[in-house]
Parts: sequence; C-alpha cells; structure tokens
Amino acid sequence: MKLKTALTALALAGMIGTAHAQLSGGVLKIGVLNDQSGLYADVTGQGSVVAARMAVEDFKAEAKGIKVEIVFADHQNKPDVGSALVRQWFDRDGVDVVADVPTSSVALAVNEIVKEKNKVFLVSGAASAALTGNACSPNTVHWTYDNWALANGTAKAIVAAGGDSWYFLTADYAFGHDLEAQVGAVVKAANGRVVGAVRHPLSTPDFSSFLLQAQASKAKVIGLANAGGDTINSIKQAGEFGISKGGQKLAGLLIFVTDIHALGLQTAQGLQFTESFYWDRNDASRDFAKRLAPQVKGNQPTMIHAGVYASVLHMLKAVEQIKTDDGAKVVAKMKELPTDDPLFGKGVIREDGRKIHDMFLFEAKAPAESKGPWDYYKTVRTIPAAEAFRPLAEGGCSLVKK
Amino acid sequence: MDFFGIPPQALFGQLLLGLINGAFYAMLSLGLAVIFGMLNIINFTHGAQYMMGAFAAYFLLQYGGLGYWWSLLLAPVIVGATGVVIERLMLRHLYKLDHLYGLLLTFGLALIIQGLFQNEFGSSGLPYRIPQELTGGQNLGFMFLPNYRAWVVVVSLAVCLATWFLIERTKLGSYLRAATENPALVQAFGINVPRMITLTYGFGVGLAAFAGVLAAPIYQVSPLMGSNLIIIVFAVVVIGGMGSIMGAIVTGFGLGIIEGLTKVFYPEASSTVIFVIMAIVLLIKPAGLFGRVQ
Repeated sequence: MKLKTALTALALAGMIGTAHAQLSGGVLKIGVLNDQSGLYADVTGQGSVVAARMAVEDFKAEAKGIKVEIVFADHQNKPDVGSALVRQWFDRDGVDVVADVPTSSVALAVNEIVKEKNKVFLVSGAASAALTGNACSPNTVHWTYDNWALANGTAKAIVAAGGDSWYFLTADYAFGHDLEAQVGAVVKAANGRVVGAVRHPLSTPDFSSFLLQAQASKAKVIGLANAGGDTINSIKQAGEFGISKGGQKLAGLLIFVTDIHALGLQTAQGLQFTESFYWDRNDASRDFAKRLAPQVKGNQPTMIHAGVYASVLHMLKAVEQIKTDDGAKVVAKMKELPTDDPLFGKGVIREDGRKIHDMFLFEAKAPAESKGPWDYYKTVRTIPAAEAFRPLAEGGCSLVKK
Repeated sequence: MDFFGIPPQALFGQLLLGLINGAFYAMLSLGLAVIFGMLNIINFTHGAQYMMGAFAAYFLLQYGGLGYWWSLLLAPVIVGATGVVIERLMLRHLYKLDHLYGLLLTFGLALIIQGLFQNEFGSSGLPYRIPQELTGGQNLGFMFLPNYRAWVVVVSLAVCLATWFLIERTKLGSYLRAATENPALVQAFGINVPRMITLTYGFGVGLAAFAGVLAAPIYQVSPLMGSNLIIIVFAVVVIGGMGSIMGAIVTGFGLGIIEGLTKVFYPEASSTVIFVIMAIVLLIKPAGLFGRVQ
C-alpha cells in the first residue's frame, strides 16, 4: 500500500516536473537563518524573513511555476547551533537555499555544510571576506558587503583626513578579527600606524574599561571592529568618557541604520561609515522601505535586509532559467546572469562568489539637519563598484583561474 | 613605575571602573540575597525586573514627561508592585516546596517577560539620556571620570548600606529575620507574616528596578540588558553565600574590581573570570565566603 502511494507520488512528481522546474520535493525551500533574538536581531532578524518573502512575491514565482516556501530559524550567533539547524534543514526538511546568516563564525560553518550537501548559500548578513577568499565555495554568493569593502570605504577616508594612528576595539570572534586585519592593512598601506587592539567578548554590556585603554593609547582613531549592540554601547559610552572631546575620533566600521536610530543623532552625529544601501536613497529604496517597515515595528530596512531581497530575487531568476535546484548549477547560473534589481541596480557576481556593486560612504547627520525620524544619512562619497571590493586576484579563492 | 607592564594610571582607572560595575553587581545581588534569605526563593526573574526598571524610566519620560529623578523614585515602586502581584498569585504557593520549583517558575517568568519586551521593542535598545545635572565629568589625572558614574557608585553604596542596616539593625529587620526562622511563632505574636513576606519580595524587586534606572543612561534600555547580567549576579551571590546581605555587597564590589583588572591583563577572559572564581570558592567553601552552613 505504502509502496503504491509512493510510486503514485513519484509518478505525479514526474509529471509536474516535466511541466515545471525540476525541484527536489516539488518546492524550492528557502531557509532564512539569522539572529532572531540577540544583539543582531534588528539588523537581520525578522526583517530578512520579510525581505525574502517580498522577493518571492515580486518575482511572481507561483505564476512562473516555481513553488517557493520560506522557513526561518534562530542561530543565536553560535556556530554549533547554526550548523545543527542547517543539517536538519537539509537532511530532514528539504531546504534548498540558505539565506542571510549574519555572524561570520556561523556563516563560515554553514558555508562548509552547504558545499558538502550541494545546496545554495546566499550570504547577506555575514561580513568575513574569507567567504569569497580562502573559504570560497562554488555554492556560495556573498551579496551585500564584506570586511574588505568596509575597510576600503571607511578607513581610507579617515586616514586621508589625517587619522593615521589607530587603536582597535575588536569583537573577539571571526568577524572582528577579520575586520581588524582588513582595516589594519588599509591603514598601513596608507602609511598609517596601528598602535594596539583590545579584544572584547561578543555582547559585552560595559565598554568603559576598553575605552579607557584606547584613550591611554593616544591613537588618533579608535576603530570599532564590532557590530550591532556592541557598537551602540561602545559609541554611547565613548561619549560619556569624553573620548571625542579629548581629540580622538571614533570610527564605526560596521554601522547600520538601526544602530543610528538606537543611538539618536545627538550621539551619532558626524560618524562616517560604509554601507551598500540606505532606505532613503532613491524611489526604489523608499518603496522597498515603505513595504517592509510596517512588518518590523516601523524599523527601516538595513542593507542586510536589502541584500536578502536582492539575492533571493536573483537566485529565483537563475532557477527559472535552468529549472533545477541543484546547488552548484544554480550558483553557476547566478554568476553567469548579470544582476539587475531595484535596490542595488545592475551588477555582476564574480567567479569567487563576490557580488559587485557600488558602496557608499555615509555620514550621520547633525540633529538640526534631520527632517524627522529615520532621516539620518548624508552621502559623502560613492565608491564605484570597480574599486569597492577586493580585487579578484588578491582573495586567494581556489575557484579563480590564474 | 609600572605594575606588570601596566602604567599606574591605567591600573587606577580600571580599579575605579571595576568599582562602578561592582556597584551594579552589589545592588542586584543584594536584592537576590534579601529575597532568598527571607522567602527561600531563587529569584531568576531578577534580571528581567532590572530590565523592567530601565523600561519604566523610559516610559515615564516618553509618555509621562517625568525625568530621571522621578523615575528613580517611581520605577522601583511600579516594578515592585508587579513583584507583589507575582508573589501573591504564584510564588506563595511554592514556599513549602523544593527550591527547584521557585527557580523554574521565576526562570520561566523571566523568559516570558524578556520575550514580550523583545517582541515589542526589538534588540537594539532605546536611548536614554544622562540627566542634565550629572553630565560632564572630572579629570582625576589618571582618568576622566564621568560625573554620572561617580553618582552611581555613591548612590548604590548608600542603598546597599541602608538595606543592610534595615535588615540587620532595626526592629523591622529583626521581625523579618525571625519570621524566616520560625514563621508560626512570629505570627503568634500578632505579626502578619504573609504580608511581610509579600512586601519583602516587592522590596527586593524594587531594588532590581532601582538598579535598572541607574543603568538606563549608561547602557541602552534594551530587553536583553538583564539576561546579560543575571548570570554574573548569580555567581556573585553564590560566591558571597546565598542569603548573606553583607556577603552580597562585599562580593559584588570585589568581583567588579577583579573583573576590571582582568580587562587590563587579559580582556578575552573578562566574561569568564567570575565563574572561575565561583568554581574555586565552591570547591573550598561550598557555603560561599560569607554563608552560614545550615
């Protein structure tokens, strides 16, 4: 009896398959894996899930014969939790695509599993440039930004403005270490000096002790190689300890619009940072924000949300063309097709999996310049796509033919 | 002259910062010690109640237009009142049972409260300004001490000592202590023991909320602020000796200082050093440094 049902199901699946795409399990299942409850929950979290749904709606996947299902899970910023979830998704739940995955340590772990199981990995949240460097994979596309781009955008501008000695406050895990190294390299290349660094545990409430060490270092610039709640607390407490009044400048190396919102412009004004997306940049971004914000308690989308939207959209285009969800084939098609979406415009995905687009050096407005809530950024400089990301040859990715 | 390669300025600075963090540990562990000492309940909701205190301050400012000083007064009362409700509705049924039940109930409550706040307010937190009177700071030569941090140390020391005095040196305190030893006898003297217990819980919760208001201008008002702290505070209570008032105060400040020093010598270990100490103390003195063996 069971066999008969199974055979019927197989036959049916076969029939559908000839008419539509060859999808394992009949559906294209996208798993959004990120921080749903911790310090990165606002910059990724539900916003990324909503963004993925919007991409599927806008692509009109159902009408094109691709049945898409979206699931999500909370990796709690722990590589072991993330790996276990992803294995369960692949082995039991039939997930084909993993999207977002902030927290570089988790993303690097997921990267390996996705390659092993031949699925698709669309990175938006994670920052480590190793994902398209020595850890690059034929199954991975790194969309929104990476540490190299952040260092290249922010650090270059600050060194050029005279900030030539640096001290780092670094989150003590893969992301922080990578960012510190990338920024350090940029600083040194511009004849600047790195005078020291202090590594703090992830999710630290009190930074005063680290700030005091940074203050004692007499470096001109204090580079914050951390993110989310850690960055917010560092900046807030730096204000309290009179860091900028003492002539030292803070460099937020990874800042999101929700961080600025949480800090308030009074504290955040004048900060310069690099991002690939700002909700109020053009009509398309405003339209995206208008649809997304009401679904996440009025928070405007971050560049990570935008990246999830755009990467899912592009992946769907690839699946539509090759009519399969075979991981390596989908990613190969994604690289072959030029990208074009409302949020990042036209671009390409390189052989190493790096998505190429413009980056922007933004500055937080002074309170008087802001017209209201969420009117926070002004553009200092557009970093053209050609120079925004690490040159292909320098990454050390094994997929790149020499 | 350097100490182990650390210039003395940095060392003094870190000692002072440790003291400031210690002030929070002391105040929170004090509330826990009071509650455990009097009710025999391990109050895992304490971190959430600390967080509620900070949120109460935020709401009072945002919707009531009441500033920091009013919050310092009102937030502990408001949050303390929610504590009274919790005690009346739930906790009082558990006094005769094993500690484990109280722990599970309060832990569950903490998760629920934190989850609700997070659902509503996200995780980045909300800004809360330092009151106008306490902005700025003093240059002490070896470090820049923000006025607000100095205020935190002073006020929390005062609150800690006042609480210790209240419980150990006043008549009311002696009733309380007697009621935990032998409630039936104290009740026979015409003292309403259940009401006293309820108010004690409310007071302990109020202390947590008070610490929350003090913390609001330093940290973000965030749903996660309590869960970051509660585990450390529990370690402090265990090291000091469960239920010991003085133990909680002394270990709170002491461990703050040790943690501060760790941040100079080996910052990576700063989040674990307290637990290492806890393990050592438990091995050598299982009742804690100031605890009595029962």
